Amino acid sequence: MDVLYFAWVRERIGLPRERVETNAATVADLVEELRGREDRYAAAFADLSALRVALDQELSDFDSPLDGVREVAFFPPMTGG
Amino acid sequence: MRISVQEDSFELGAESDAFAAGIENAGAVVTFTGVVRDADQGGLQAMEIEHYPGMTEKALTAIAEEAVKRWSLADALVIHRHGRLAPGERIMMVATAARHRKDAFEAAEYLMDYLKSRAPFWKKEILAGGSADWVAAKDADEDALKRW
Repeated sequence: MDVLYFAWVRERIGLPRERVETNAATVADLVEELRGREDRYAAAFADLSALRVALDQELSDFDSPLDGVREVAFFPPMTGG
Repeated sequence: MRISVQEDSFELGAESDAFAAGIENAGAVVTFTGVVRDADQGGLQAMEIEHYPGMTEKALTAIAEEAVKRWSLADALVIHRHGRLAPGERIMMVATAARHRKDAFEAAEYLMDYLKSRAPFWKKEILAGGSADWVAAKDADEDALKRW
């Protein structure tokens, strides 16, 4: 699947998107996998209450299943307007 | 209904005229425009607005469709810019048209409340000294959604 990062999550991880091969069942499982990769991922995902997630461009939850999902995006709370 | 996510600036008068010209059977047109504010009074050099292409358009369309339905709007318009903006530049505008002003005003406020917290935009302030800060979401903005 494609994993996208925006705003300070993108800056902390150091890239806007990447292709991830995973068997993670839920978003939380995927986060656990990413955290284990490198310090920059651990830093970006240190506090999940400061993050939001979208699955195939719809706002979602960290306990949502990833079955059939093609695009996961992580970002801070939005500040439009 | 028109949704535009764009880098270019827009003409407020031209957009308002074009919106009002297309309306039938509405006695009220409300427009709101957001402008880059220098909260630090002299410290802000630019505002950088990042967004999530694809999701942004989908989210704004869903928000505007809900407003049209709830207030029986004759029409709605949302324009939101991204990229680097200087203080004083227009960031976004919404317009609503309804039979009566109460509906037009309420729908415009609804659009503003929702696009602040539910449309994937992120603002970064570039300060005079060269430092940059991501604007943090406010609890008040999240609380504002509860009244709807």
